[in-house]
Amino acid sequence: MATALTPTPARTGGGRAKSALLTGALLLPASIWYLFLLVLPMGFVVAFSFGEKARNGGYTPAFTLDNYGQVMKGADPFLESLKLATAGTFLTLLVALPLAYFLATRAGSRKGLFVLLLVIPFWTSFLIRTYSWLIVLGRGNLGGFIGGLLGDPNFRLLGTPGAILLGLVYGYLPLMIFPLYVTLERMDRSLIEASKDLGAGRWATFRQITLPIALPGLVTGSILVFIPMMGEYVIPQILGYGRTFLIGNALVLDFLEARNWPLGSAKAVVLIATMLITISVYVWFVNRGRQARGVGVLGARPP
Amino acid sequence: MSASGVARPRAGRGRALIAAERMNGFIDGLFRTQAALVYAFLYLPIVVVVVFAFNANRLATIWTGFTTDWFGIALNDAVVTKSLGNSAIIAFTNAILATTFGTMAALGLQRVGKRTRQGYDVLTYISIIVPEIVIALATLVFFASTFDVVNPVLAGLTGGGKGAFKLGFGQFTIIAAHVLFNTSLVLLLVRARLSGMDRTLVEASQDLFATPWRTFRQITFPQLLPAIVAGFLLSFTFSFDDYVITSFVTGPGSTTLPIYIFGQVKRGVSPETNAVATMVLAFTVGMLLIGQAVLAWQGRRSGSRNGSMANIVTER
Repeated sequence: MATALTPTPARTGGGRAKSALLTGALLLPASIWYLFLLVLPMGFVVAFSFGEKARNGGYTPAFTLDNYGQVMKGADPFLESLKLATAGTFLTLLVALPLAYFLATRAGSRKGLFVLLLVIPFWTSFLIRTYSWLIVLGRGNLGGFIGGLLGDPNFRLLGTPGAILLGLVYGYLPLMIFPLYVTLERMDRSLIEASKDLGAGRWATFRQITLPIALPGLVTGSILVFIPMMGEYVIPQILGYGRTFLIGNALVLDFLEARNWPLGSAKAVVLIATMLITISVYVWFVNRGRQARGVGVLGARPP
Repeated sequence: MSASGVARPRAGRGRALIAAERMNGFIDGLFRTQAALVYAFLYLPIVVVVVFAFNANRLATIWTGFTTDWFGIALNDAVVTKSLGNSAIIAFTNAILATTFGTMAALGLQRVGKRTRQGYDVLTYISIIVPEIVIALATLVFFASTFDVVNPVLAGLTGGGKGAFKLGFGQFTIIAAHVLFNTSLVLLLVRARLSGMDRTLVEASQDLFATPWRTFRQITFPQLLPAIVAGFLLSFTFSFDDYVITSFVTGPGSTTLPIYIFGQVKRGVSPETNAVATMVLAFTVGMLLIGQAVLAWQGRRSGSRNGSMANIVTER
């Protein structure tokens, strides 16, 4: 103990051993958790995905690719989830971008209050904010009202993919706004003035200055939103009444009801792979676009 | 530039400026309207839940009159109070563990080589990006398989019979599963703070012969405090609010509030559920505001301007 308390203990041999010990101790709890609650469970899932279903459910060791074959044959829930998550990400972006721009450049002195007002919903219960739409969209309220406008007494909003989409956009909107706001807030405003002085219109300025600057935030936000949307379970269950068969439902069905762990595991592996591939393609696409635009901006500048 | 710009007569400049001004005002109005609509959209469901908690009608979706009865009914409901207690215990234990582990790991990662750090980075990001439902099911099958192997051994050691020690699903498994995600969260928050920290203060402290522990206590820790407080509050809230992971690794007798609410809502929203939800909302918003106040106070004391909850959440 005495050596540890002397200044610059790392210089002495005993101090170095103590220092290594301290490092190990600091990392120990997190390492245990990562091992037993992440690496091993995910390892089990990957291993199970090559196994066979035991006779009374569960898993029996084997090596087969049948599970993956089956996943490829019944890819509908994947496509359905991919469709909803893509549409949800795009809509969220559409709503978030103008707001983030407004907050970063036009909100003035009340900016702090506006941001706090965004943090509050983000901070309050996701489940409660989701189920509340049951009241809002219900037949007694908005659902009935729209049905009345359409003259269709059987019109329902709840239990449809549209309701799920609304829930997705609603639930994940703050996650898109925050990163966009942060990047736009750091933007050098003189660039916009320069662009305008050089005669660029609003649209040209937005496309050639603001958008490229917002791009890192846009990518972060899209990824933050797309991932949970892809595997979302609560919103489709509550607002979709579990009628739209998404990947979350499929996984729960395989693991808990059919007790076909190997098939469920294969689906989980494919889900993660799909997500990683989608994100990589997206990032690659955006980077390529940015390079192309970067050249465009430079090229358009008068000599 | 454009042909029309060149062709425009000089005398029209003043009028063009006025038009531009008007256009600017119009666009500003558009932005303001959009912002107002988005905020209305964000707060509508929250307001609706609170308002309908005071609805006299048993069918929660149609408004008939004002009452506060549902709050009394909810607080006297043994299932509600039991799940509330469970949720509080789980969320609090999880927040303590995750904040401690995450902060420790963030400090530890400063002291290791690049390779080790990158390894941890990968694990941290995986634990955050893998969909909750996958983590939940993976944890479930892992625990179930482990218990299948361990329990017979334990039964053999403790002599079997009714009083034998057995591992099973319950509060313990829920806390264990929650701590994983939240440790990663705290780790990221504290590391972001560490990387933006003023190193010269630490060096000055060392030059003045402060012990490493004293340097940590008087220099590093106060600077990390906003991130630690934010991490604690976020961990508590995420755990208190979690449905997916909890519902899969829960056991008999450890129903949490989200599991209760989910079950109720599947059968139709009742004003009692709204009353419970309103109390939860009041509690979480209160916690957020307290956190905000603590950080503001801490910020004033240490003179740092980065002490707001909104800054921590939006900080990258």
